[in-house]
Amino acid sequence: MTAPDFASGASSPLVELNQVSLAYGEGREATLALADATMRIAQGEFVAVVGPSGCGKSTLMKLVTGLIPPTSGEVKVRGERVTRPIKGVGMAFQNATLLPWRSTRDNIMLPLEVVEPHKSRLRAERAAYFDKAQKLLASVGLGEFGDKYPWQLSGGMQQRSNVCRALIHEPQILMLDEPFGALDAFTREELWGIMQALWLERRFTAVLVTHDLREAVYLADTVYVMSRRPGRIVKIRKVELPRPRTLETTFQAEFVDIVHELRERIQMEHG
Amino acid sequence: MAMTARQERYVRLAMPWLTLAVLLIAWEIACIVFDVPEIVAPRPSRVFEVIVQRWDLLVRFCLETLWTTMIGFVLAIGFGLLLGLAIGASPFVYSGLYPLLIAFNAIPKVAIVPILMIWLGIGALPAIITAFVISFFPIVVNVATGLATIEPEMRDLMRSLGASNYEILTKVGIPRAMPYLFASLKVAATLAFVGSVLSETVGGNRGIGFLMLSASARNDSATTFAGLFAIAIMGVAVYAACALVERRMTRWAFRGELVR
Repeated sequence: MTAPDFASGASSPLVELNQVSLAYGEGREATLALADATMRIAQGEFVAVVGPSGCGKSTLMKLVTGLIPPTSGEVKVRGERVTRPIKGVGMAFQNATLLPWRSTRDNIMLPLEVVEPHKSRLRAERAAYFDKAQKLLASVGLGEFGDKYPWQLSGGMQQRSNVCRALIHEPQILMLDEPFGALDAFTREELWGIMQALWLERRFTAVLVTHDLREAVYLADTVYVMSRRPGRIVKIRKVELPRPRTLETTFQAEFVDIVHELRERIQMEHG
Repeated sequence: MAMTARQERYVRLAMPWLTLAVLLIAWEIACIVFDVPEIVAPRPSRVFEVIVQRWDLLVRFCLETLWTTMIGFVLAIGFGLLLGLAIGASPFVYSGLYPLLIAFNAIPKVAIVPILMIWLGIGALPAIITAFVISFFPIVVNVATGLATIEPEMRDLMRSLGASNYEILTKVGIPRAMPYLFASLKVAATLAFVGSVLSETVGGNRGIGFLMLSASARNDSATTFAGLFAIAIMGVAVYAACALVERRMTRWAFRGELVR
């Protein structure tokens, strides 16, 4: 196990999916997006889900966060069955969806206006929260851009802000839905490093949905490979490369071997 | 011939005035060349003469029209905003009211003015209500569109943070709908004039519409055209005011133009 060993960590995982299926639509027109998914995600673990496009990866994220209920099976978080959106989640999507009428800093502080206990403290402790946002921005190299508007930032900067917004309220679980998908290769690799540094510092539980295998192996402790629609989990691969991983790591034999192994499994789905 | 940026700006500012001048001169020349009788189409110079001669009268009737229009317009903003928010935020309100709204909008408003007169008599009230009724529809449609097109990711993100529908509405929906609202105000403002003048022309004893109607009954074309000019000028002025407010309130939506 690469995940930190808590007293009860091994016996009761933070997130648990038991035989979860999800069908969109009703009756004869229903399409099965996800079939019999079973997953155990430990506290503080970094999990990546890879698979061909349209295999229900994003569906998986919505199920874990309780945004949609499963058609069958059960989703448990902290041992409790999920029936509505769970607390303590941060989300970042491929599309940064920053609000154009707010400055970057105000965008990042949006969760603080919604999530308790920050919501009721925000007015009184504005300065402290302001500092907190500023520190977070600085940690991803955006220290001087807090007053800029999102449309004045580059795509990579927007995605960094997006990740900051997902983390400002210190969620226990971070959901990343192809957050670096729309970026160029160099910016993407740079953001892997930033993402890893944030995770090593804060040790949140992370679920990363991606179709970039190198990204998955670079960031994750465990990689889940999904089949074509209806998505099934066809392979679970632990990545036990030492951290912090660097771009150099991505050229090492162990790293490349894991990528190839995953690649082959996904190739079978296309075959 | 290359122009500097400053020259280009001046020319662009002057363009509408130049176009107007060319149109009026062409009109003037056409009237003289074809010997058009004044009762059919008065020459622009004749219309200006009348405007100067009857300035006090025109201003008085214009102001009557202006304030009825503005009251109707303000009512339309308030009502349109509320209804637009309700329709945009709730699928039930949408499916319940939207077809009715479209049906209502299809009714020629000239048909309801006589009904209003039966209910309310003549005076300012029918004009206010006609201005209101004709101008709220674009506001409703635009505000509802602004709300309905919130990115699904943004909605998911807010929901995953535990935001209530009210919070999603106030923090994301309403600011997002603002550029749509202001865009519709420019259309609605000019429509409001159409409404109030329509009502004054169908039946009434006040406003620029009534002035035009009584002038045309006396075969006084020049005064009728002076009234038309007055309405056009008021329309442009209110449009410009709306555009100015739009710029101030939703600067972020004009980001492309900030660069220039």
